[in-house]
Amino acid sequence: MSEAELVEGAGAFPQDVAEFEAVTGPPRSLWSDAWRELRANRLFVASATFILVFFIMALFPTLFTDADPRHCLLSRSALPPDSIAWFGYDLQGCDYLARTVHGARVSILIGLSVTTFAVLIALALGSAAGFYGGLVDTLVSRATDVMFAIPTLLGGIVILSVLESRGLKEVSLVLIVVGWPTMVRLMRSSVISTREADYIDAARTLGATDWRIITRHILPNSIAPVIVYATITIGVIISAEAALSFLGIGLQRPAISWGLMINTAQTRFHTSPHLLYFPGAFLSVTVFSFILMGDALRDALDPKLK
Amino acid sequence: MGRYALRRLFHFIPVFFFATFLVYALVFAMPGDPIRALAGEKPVNAATLEAMRERFNLNDPLLIQYVKYIKGVFTGDLGTNFAQRPVWDILSQRIPTTVRLAIVAFSYEAILGVLAGVLAGLKRKGFMDMLVAVSTVSIISIPIFVLAYLAQYALGVQLGWFAVSYNANEWTSLILPALVLGSTSLAYIARLTRTSLAETLRADYVRTATAKGLSRRRVVGIHALRNSMIPVVTFLAVDIGSLMGGAIITEGVFNVPGIGREVFAAIKSQEGTVVVGIVVFLVVIFMVSNLIVDFLYAALDPRIRYE
Repeated sequence: MSEAELVEGAGAFPQDVAEFEAVTGPPRSLWSDAWRELRANRLFVASATFILVFFIMALFPTLFTDADPRHCLLSRSALPPDSIAWFGYDLQGCDYLARTVHGARVSILIGLSVTTFAVLIALALGSAAGFYGGLVDTLVSRATDVMFAIPTLLGGIVILSVLESRGLKEVSLVLIVVGWPTMVRLMRSSVISTREADYIDAARTLGATDWRIITRHILPNSIAPVIVYATITIGVIISAEAALSFLGIGLQRPAISWGLMINTAQTRFHTSPHLLYFPGAFLSVTVFSFILMGDALRDALDPKLK
Repeated sequence: MGRYALRRLFHFIPVFFFATFLVYALVFAMPGDPIRALAGEKPVNAATLEAMRERFNLNDPLLIQYVKYIKGVFTGDLGTNFAQRPVWDILSQRIPTTVRLAIVAFSYEAILGVLAGVLAGLKRKGFMDMLVAVSTVSIISIPIFVLAYLAQYALGVQLGWFAVSYNANEWTSLILPALVLGSTSLAYIARLTRTSLAETLRADYVRTATAKGLSRRRVVGIHALRNSMIPVVTFLAVDIGSLMGGAIITEGVFNVPGIGREVFAAIKSQEGTVVVGIVVFLVVIFMVSNLIVDFLYAALDPRIRYE
């Protein structure tokens, strides 16, 4: 609003709350404000649509393909795409479209579960460390320091190589172990910047317990950066699972995972590039959608950018 | 300044011991008996096995093993692998290659990343901004192993611009792996620079500088850029560590005989001492780069003082 407009509008400036609301509508929270902005953001709508499609793919793969991903005939090994099998066949002669579609389940499942657990850890440890400070803070901060000093991928590989079996549960667990520190640090700093607010002092003066202050005042006001980061993390975790499976140290056959498919494709890439392209493209688009959505959320939730 | 450095150093001491112990414990908790695996199918007499276990301290409790190991590290002895080759020997052979790869990747990602970020950040919602925004998210989204194969195939095999895999006699064969290795960080640097510059450009002191009648070039180049570089420099310094340790996939795809490929092979063959040796090296790199960040902070932002 330019200065001239401000001066002109000054006479009509609302005098009390009722009048003010008559002009602006009822008061809106940060979240409902963000929601209005997000609906108008084309990138957000696009990424949300993609994510929805991948969710449906993970829940009901048969909507997208009626071929059985485990029905394989060696006679059609690595055949290129044709009008019946749109994505061609893999080395074992399984329908590649079916395998690619069924691969969505593992990625979405691991991405969501790992991120959920990491967020829960962050909410517990991050708010405890940020709110109480002192010994709790020192312990939590030093623990994250130690985890940061070990390279992420390397740490994941070392832990996985120790485990006897590497199924969905083990891979998720390892990704939670290497993924929590960043999230905890973020939550901690967010809580620290909220802790000093006047409304926290007000709540305490009114006799609110620590539990009430944390759950009713601190968490709702400090969770926004964590939500943004968590959305991006889903994409990063999906990519990390694929990397571990690609290295042959994550999920093992007969699991169907995009990382495993690319692992098989690597030796045959020059003769049968479709083996790399399809799972690679699905994987990239999934990760892309989550990162884009996180970006849109940040733009909507960060008042500094308004 | 000296006291500050010392305090930071003290801060890292427990981090060093905990991180290395954690990895040591994990590595030596690996299932299976590495000494037995060494013998393969051949029968071994019990006395030889026992002697080997004794030599590698495998009979001691874990904590004692670790203390013996870390004592060795401080006297420059990283132990030997099971074939009697000193770990330091392996490391000193692999490190130069990884460092060369990291230097090429680092310089390209830093220069291009900051350039793209500045162009995007100067005008929010402009064409460059949108271009950089979409292309960086795309690069980040493509997993590095997919990117590596695509680059190898398109730029190496099809167009023939770069060597397809590493060749020790030609340093130019490092360009393609470095392009792939640095691509993700390049995207992060561009995004960081963009947000940071866009935010700084709205600061009061930037408006003051403009109001004083300084040229746009001076306002951006001297006043805004310097301050907006702080998060970027932090990222760059920390990235040195991840370039050295995160090259497991890239070194594998392009057949570069560096630390990343070595550590992966060592994990698979249960060469515990080699794995731990490399991790110790990477933890040290991490701590040094973090110390550098702390000092760079103050150099870039005059408001930050060492107490």
